[in-house]
Amino acid sequence: MKFLDEYRDAGLARKFAGEIHRMTTRPWKIMEVCGGQTHAIVKFGIDELLPKQIELIHGPGCPVCVTPLEVIDKALEIASRRGVVFTSFGDMLRVPGSSTDLLSVKAGGGDVRIVYSPLDAVKIAEQNPAKEVVFFGVGFETTAPATAMAAYQAAQKGLKNFSMLISHVLVPPAIEALMSSPDCKVQAFLAAGHVCTVMGYEEYFPLAKKYQVPIVVTGFEPLDILHGILMVVQQLESGRAEVENQYARAVRREGNQPAQILIKRVFQVVPRKWRGVGEIPQSGLGLANEYAAFDADKKFGLTDHHVEEPAECIAGLILQGQKKPHECPAFGAKCTPEHPLGATMVSSEGACAAYYRYRRNQI
Amino acid sequence: MCLAIPGKVVSISGDDPLTRMGKIDFSGVIKQASLAYVPEVNIGDYVIVHVGFALSKVDEDEAQKVFGYLKQIGELGELERESP
Ligand code: SF4
Repeated sequence: MKFLDEYRDAGLARKFAGEIHRMTTRPWKIMEVCGGQTHAIVKFGIDELLPKQIELIHGPGCPVCVTPLEVIDKALEIASRRGVVFTSFGDMLRVPGSSTDLLSVKAGGGDVRIVYSPLDAVKIAEQNPAKEVVFFGVGFETTAPATAMAAYQAAQKGLKNFSMLISHVLVPPAIEALMSSPDCKVQAFLAAGHVCTVMGYEEYFPLAKKYQVPIVVTGFEPLDILHGILMVVQQLESGRAEVENQYARAVRREGNQPAQILIKRVFQVVPRKWRGVGEIPQSGLGLANEYAAFDADKKFGLTDHHVEEPAECIAGLILQGQKKPHECPAFGAKCTPEHPLGATMVSSEGACAAYYRYRRNQI
Repeated sequence: MCLAIPGKVVSISGDDPLTRMGKIDFSGVIKQASLAYVPEVNIGDYVIVHVGFALSKVDEDEAQKVFGYLKQIGELGELERESP
């Protein structure tokens, strides 16, 4: 397949790795922000090709993992009601809430349906006027354009039986929160390529400057990640802290303008709690006042409640790059993909799931 | 959710920019995607698709640069080896 196989060529990957070995003179800690990149790094063993001095720290970029427990509980409550069709991306179904998960609600008779696109949820609402159709709108800037379009089209069609439980999150405020923590060890970032296809990378210039960290927008294939690491190491070794774009085949500096226009129209920036991490100011998207009629939170009169994470799960530390999955005592023992204690063991983008799948036997 | 692979646009239906849809070929698996956010895309282009929406067109020239860089370091490596 074009634009795919050539980026997975083992010989070329070794060439990049050789160049990184040649360049590296000191220890460096580099965070890949996106869980999709974490997955590729562990799957293809990219970290094992690197010099010992380079440590890759896995970041918080797993939307399933950071959706707060309270929001999962709200989803479970709505999905259990009669007359409701609850629609969601497949990866949210096994995420544990405080007592159950969406899959169990479905097994117990709840009408929970997996959709590929939020527009499918709009279609279900049109076809089922007697039912309340709710879409679980989660994800980073990559899924926000789709959720925004669903709200926009639902408004155009005048749908009264459609609403959304929104828990969208934004990447740059999370980077800011990580960097401003005194425990932060990260010296450079690989920024998430697909987030930048939507938003561009203007937002990263002030961050690179303020914290003096190189930030390289990076793709998802092995050669992309190695190339991104090489660009970061070149900057670190020469004392630069700039924003560069490794993933120029898909990312433009200004991002996708039509998508940004609709996001601005449908959403407003709100404070958002990240599971395991806590509240980060201005780090989420919520529905703008004009779209309040589609807010499931309001429609179902759900109130905020506070629930504690299971004490054994250290996913919060993992999402902030302070611990690796195998350092969790529950990893692979009490916590497995079949019986997950935390969301990072469920999602394909979660670091615990990636280590379980590809590294279990080495640990 | 953020992972996506490039697919090739094999057909386009609809004229309204907001509801324009494309059939996208991902290595033999065909899926529908909205082209609302990529008005510049034509049949034969490669696009990156997220949850049913094409978000960016893959730029062929830029795609070559990763390999151009490798070629460059390959040549440099040879120069170093040749020089005494
Ligand atoms: S292994 Fe399980 S319990 Fe431990 S941090 Fe990961 S998800 Fe939480």
